[in-house]
Amino acid sequence: MQYMLLIYNSGDWQDLSPEQQQEIGGAYFAFTEELQAAGKMVAGDALQPTSTATSVRVRDGETLTTDGPFAETKEVLGGYYLIDVESLDEALAWAAKIPGAAYGTIEVRPVVTDYETVA
Amino acid sequence: MQDAFVRAAERWPRDGIPRNPGAWIVATARNRAIDRIRRDQTLVRKTELLARAAELPDDEETTIPDERLELIFACCHPALGAEAQVALTLSLVGGLTTREIARAFLVPEPTLAQRLVRAKRKIRDAGIPLRVPPEHLMPERLRVVLATIYLVFNAGYGPPVRRDLCGEAIRLAAVLATLMPDEAEAHGLHALLLLQDARRDARVSGDGELVLLADQDRALWDSSDIEQGRRALERALALRMPGPNQLQAAIASLHFEEETDWPQIALLYGRLAELAPSPVVELNRAVAVAMAEGPAAGLELLDRIAGLDDYYLYHSARADLLRRLGQPSSTEYERAFALAPSEVERAFLRRRQNLLAPEP
Repeated sequence: MQYMLLIYNSGDWQDLSPEQQQEIGGAYFAFTEELQAAGKMVAGDALQPTSTATSVRVRDGETLTTDGPFAETKEVLGGYYLIDVESLDEALAWAAKIPGAAYGTIEVRPVVTDYETVA
Repeated sequence: MQDAFVRAAERWPRDGIPRNPGAWIVATARNRAIDRIRRDQTLVRKTELLARAAELPDDEETTIPDERLELIFACCHPALGAEAQVALTLSLVGGLTTREIARAFLVPEPTLAQRLVRAKRKIRDAGIPLRVPPEHLMPERLRVVLATIYLVFNAGYGPPVRRDLCGEAIRLAAVLATLMPDEAEAHGLHALLLLQDARRDARVSGDGELVLLADQDRALWDSSDIEQGRRALERALALRMPGPNQLQAAIASLHFEEETDWPQIALLYGRLAELAPSPVVELNRAVAVAMAEGPAAGLELLDRIAGLDDYYLYHSARADLLRRLGQPSSTEYERAFALAPSEVERAFLRRRQNLLAPEP
């Protein structure tokens, strides 16, 4: 099954000191290598800070574009991994290894791969 | 007539494990509902089956009981909420109907049905595996399973008492201990539930009032439960892996003795406070110490507990100890009275408060 691991951190990457960025960046690099070496990684990226976010919704045929993320919350979506593993347990084990899990929250969501069986 | 579970278990070795175990669970639940027979008979047969399976040589044919264990672990997966874990376990493992579970937890039937549907969907759609967790996940996962079974028991322990839930929890604990004979805490839970259940008829009086352990009619204790519980506790202790359930079972077992060994009970509560720290354990420990060493030592421990200011039994224990020290405090009893969750507990406190009056 494919799972999306959504990485929520309190604050953006840019808020970190250069030393913190170096340390955390190294940890992410190592994690990504491990995930790839295990053959479980489908995709993964960091996102630009929420200050670059734009939200779009269409109501009554009219497109409303607003500056900022979907919800102004303390924890922001900072990046993601898309992985292909056997079960939720395996996805949770990978999620726990993401460096951000130690200070933020990783939301684990199964990806719809067969549209006949959408929940 | 065969239980759907056993039927599937027989089929798996032949047909292979289903591609989607989550969907299998949902299908099994449906099949179970269709040809469900009386639980007690089913369990008797399963227990026999397990006993027979244990005697068979270790080959493919003997994997029969394992899937039931996998089902328990799937129902108690930490990705499900506690309420869903309890409901699912009762429904899929215990074989209770939606109506029975809803009634037991005083939830409207449609609400409970909805909860079950959502939980089964999450098992299927989130890919919760139908398996016995690997070694490194086992401690965490087993804890959830044990806690879920205990919740089932506790919901039935009351007051008001619901025998069916207590019985179901004991059955589940027995199955778990049979399937995981090397897990001391599984035997420990089985022992604990049996020993608590042994007091069911003595701890509530004819008019529904709680009866203190010391005031209980010993003739009403279930000697068969006590004997079974102590045997389960021996099996647990033989494995030499102490745990909270075993400690509590040992404490419960000591309470059945003619002369209560309070120093030993205080010691066990001390160990329990180390393994599973909680203010309620500290409260029980303080009470045991008061019995073993006197009210002053107990009160000293009691006054160190933080976080029980809203718990009626904390104030009632404090009032008791103050009374025994010759400093009766009616405000402590009033506090306990105001915090008591129901009329049963209030009646109990009223009787205790009468003791505040000087003895004749």
